[in-house]
Amino acid sequence: MTPRRRLTCAAAILAANVLAALPLPAMAAALEGEAQRQPVNWVAIAMFVAFVGLTLWITKAAAARTRSAADFYTAGGGITGFQNGLAMAGDYMSAASFLGISAQIFNDGYDGLIYSTGFLVGWPILLFLMAERLRNLGRFTFADVASYRFAQPPVRSFAAVSTLLVVSFYLIAQMVGAGQLIKLLFGLPYAVAVVIVGALMMLYVLFGGMRATTWVQIIKAVLLLGGASFMALMVLAQMGFSLETLFARAVEVKTRMALADGAGTAEAAERGRSIMAPGGFIKDPVSAISFGLALMLGTAGLPHILMRFFTVPDAKEARKSVLWATGWIGYFYILTFIIGFGAIVLVGTEGGYMDAAGTLRGGGNMAAIHLAHAIGGNAFLGFISAVAFATILAVVAGLTLSAASAVSHDLYATVFKQGAASSADELRVSRLTTLALGALAVLLGLVFEKQNVAFMVSLAFALAASGNFPVLILSLLWSGCTTRGAAWGGTIGLLTAFVLTLLSPAVWTTTFGLGPAPFAYSSAAIFSVPAGFLAIWLISRFDRSPRAAIDKAGYPAQRVRAETGIGAFAASDH
Amino acid sequence: MPGVREEALIAAIAADPEYQALVRRRARLGWWLTVLVFCAFVGYLLLIAFDKALLGTPIGTGVTSIGIPIGLGLILLAIALTGIYVAQANRHYDARMAAILKDHGA
Repeated sequence: MTPRRRLTCAAAILAANVLAALPLPAMAAALEGEAQRQPVNWVAIAMFVAFVGLTLWITKAAAARTRSAADFYTAGGGITGFQNGLAMAGDYMSAASFLGISAQIFNDGYDGLIYSTGFLVGWPILLFLMAERLRNLGRFTFADVASYRFAQPPVRSFAAVSTLLVVSFYLIAQMVGAGQLIKLLFGLPYAVAVVIVGALMMLYVLFGGMRATTWVQIIKAVLLLGGASFMALMVLAQMGFSLETLFARAVEVKTRMALADGAGTAEAAERGRSIMAPGGFIKDPVSAISFGLALMLGTAGLPHILMRFFTVPDAKEARKSVLWATGWIGYFYILTFIIGFGAIVLVGTEGGYMDAAGTLRGGGNMAAIHLAHAIGGNAFLGFISAVAFATILAVVAGLTLSAASAVSHDLYATVFKQGAASSADELRVSRLTTLALGALAVLLGLVFEKQNVAFMVSLAFALAASGNFPVLILSLLWSGCTTRGAAWGGTIGLLTAFVLTLLSPAVWTTTFGLGPAPFAYSSAAIFSVPAGFLAIWLISRFDRSPRAAIDKAGYPAQRVRAETGIGAFAASDH
Repeated sequence: MPGVREEALIAAIAADPEYQALVRRRARLGWWLTVLVFCAFVGYLLLIAFDKALLGTPIGTGVTSIGIPIGLGLILLAIALTGIYVAQANRHYDARMAAILKDHGA
């Protein structure tokens, strides 16, 4: 059986599932049905086993050095800016952005670039407004920063709940996407795929903590960047290293496809050229801005990304991490752009990757996978499949670690034990939480197998942008912010995002089939982010409690610490 | 718990005009760059929402549209502005901050 044949099945589904991890309501319709099991792909499995062997060996080495809570949460704070930047990129570049965005470009051309820019612009903002202040005030979780001068229980509880919500929705989408993708690429049954992802992620986090998770992310980032660079390079080499040639040939292919479709000459030329311009992705300005806000500000509120700031020794390295992360992620999106157009030219016409009806075998989202085969044959196809698996593992490990820290550090040690828990106790609780989360992730992955979970990533971004982001910004930059304002205002932001997302077309109409959606726009952020800010401001303004006076009085000293790093938790590498 | 000595140090630094000027300058750079990235991205989205054809206009006689350099330019802009902030903060502001802290015996 040829590799192409292996990939031919379950088109719509699989493609959709890859996209499930994209925060794009437009893609929500895709995640329906059931992927068929594929014949076992031994090349891909061999490469994946090599990756797992290497990462487990690293985990074993890391486990020997994971003795305290600080080791577990932040790898002792001894990660360099360069390493952390790669790990952040590894946390952020999902299999979905690789396969989903290149597929989007394969289908619609230019529109894919709009997604890419949206995913990237949150990083500079995270740097300009938060990076050094986060590092200077925080220790293990972003709640350390958000609750710095406030009464601990209310603000910590808010932050922990918000973290668990954001992580859960993100995790479900990743687990379901992982199961479907692996079923398709490796030919493993869905349940086996989900259990493998859950078990490996638990091993990394449980024994290796942040040190192992960081290295898994770094290795994955290097493999993904290397694989994508090779693909883009091969595409460019065939085009004589001219983007104009690449685009011209892509337009030619699309025109020919339109002609074959029965379009007239003028219309076919029109449809060919349409891939060089924005298409149907952005419809109304309100949805456009809302989508932009959710991606931009949500990035600066994702708990597993914020947590990475505490793994570096100081503010200088924290800034460098963001520069490296932005550079790698931006570079990756440029590669995806070339890969998408390359797929139009190399996969869209010849080699039998298209079926008789003129559509891509295995579904539109297989574009990058087919391109891997067209460029490097069976071995490279196996490599790219293994990288996609590794990518999912790295993302779920980071998510689980941040949720485990929210439970053990914020809820257990600070709220429940009032800060009196020993490092060993805290470590024990984080490991128990990791076990519970790993089991839960597998369970949810199995439960949601046949559900449409595409909206869950967009929900996670909207929640992070509407709850975590306003609370962090106002607690860092506004002296008038109080405990009540942060805890309740943040909760109102979260709830607004949650309810509006449920009422939006992607969930109300597509997922639950309840008819026309009460909330017409594709993203809640344009309403829920201002709602979060406004609620924090109003509640703080009218807060006359004795605690409010303490909160406000604490601001000047917090400000100096945030700006100078005085009293910051130092690296404690052994 | 921070000691009494550290609190006195923090109060002294907060009152130092040199510190205030430095923090103001760094914050101003951060906000200006934020506004720049924000406006560039939102402007890009609005351009797409209101005039899709404009971005599809070919450059010269080829097929490459002006939307390509604008979209890729936005990615490069994000990286470049990040680089500018990090260079400025890590090379200049940190050194001055260290000097101010040293003056106060921190």
